[in-house]
Amino acid sequence: MSKKYDKLGNDVFNKVEKINSELFTLTYGALVTQLIKDYEDIEQVNIKLEQMGYNIGIRLIEEFLAKSGIGRCSDFIETAEVIAKVGFKMFLGINAHVGDWDADRKEFHLTIEDNPLIDFVELPEQYKHKLYYSNILCGVIRGALEMVQMKVKCTFVKCTLSDDTTSEIKVVLEEVLSDMIPVGYD
Amino acid sequence: MTINSIYILNKAGTLIYQNDFGNTEKLSHNSYIRLGSTFHSLHAIASNLSPVSGSSSGIEVIETEAFKLQCFQTHTGIKFYVIADPNHQQLEELLHGVYELYTDYVLKNPFYEIEMQIRCDLFDYKLLRLLGVRE
Repeated sequence: MSKKYDKLGNDVFNKVEKINSELFTLTYGALVTQLIKDYEDIEQVNIKLEQMGYNIGIRLIEEFLAKSGIGRCSDFIETAEVIAKVGFKMFLGINAHVGDWDADRKEFHLTIEDNPLIDFVELPEQYKHKLYYSNILCGVIRGALEMVQMKVKCTFVKCTLSDDTTSEIKVVLEEVLSDMIPVGYD
Repeated sequence: MTINSIYILNKAGTLIYQNDFGNTEKLSHNSYIRLGSTFHSLHAIASNLSPVSGSSSGIEVIETEAFKLQCFQTHTGIKFYVIADPNHQQLEELLHGVYELYTDYVLKNPFYEIEMQIRCDLFDYKLLRLLGVRE
């Protein structure tokens, strides 16, 4: 299953328009530092980043579906693979890995490699383990999945900026919003 | 081959976009809204009337002597449907093209409020181009 999505991810990535990644990285950096200035409280910054991500996610999902041509996933395991191999590849040009499933198959960890958002970032000591610099990604995943009727909770559990060895997002499926599934949906 | 009209309905079945092309007879604004919601309801009824077990896709095509209606529903519940010449063969591709335009020129416009009426000039323009190429 994973191989299939690897290929699809690459195909879609080749199709979508690209921008200069430094412009993207610097814009995001400016955004985060401005938020820190505005809110002062780091916890608030994390929340705001997540909300911004959510607003992006609920729009981005449509482009994802339109351009990847993907159908409905049969289970959450497949959803995880699609996010990691197709979603991250298509929009960020990177690979993510799925692992650490819990027994119920409702919770997994997404390990991100070469996150372009943190290319030039060195987190000052006082922000380490407090600021989740790329927290916007959590919001994007939550927003996107909500639009396809899955309510999830996403949190950063590890971040290379805070001296962890990897960057990991924990995704927990809370509920499938079955009454929201459009009628006549095959 | 003529394309008469394109409709977009949001998740709740509210008409968020409608446009006529060529010399299609114009209706009143309210009539378009009524047509949109009627189609949404018929689609829902049709999908529940399936004689075979399991869920049905609802209305995909309506064919008559005078026109053909083709509908495409996304995973998120948005419906795109087009009314065209009965002999038109590539309506499915066309609708997919419209979906892509919607994701690019409507959803990426930061001032577009999700689920609301689409008033984006760029979308209109690109839509005309898309139809122009295919006709």
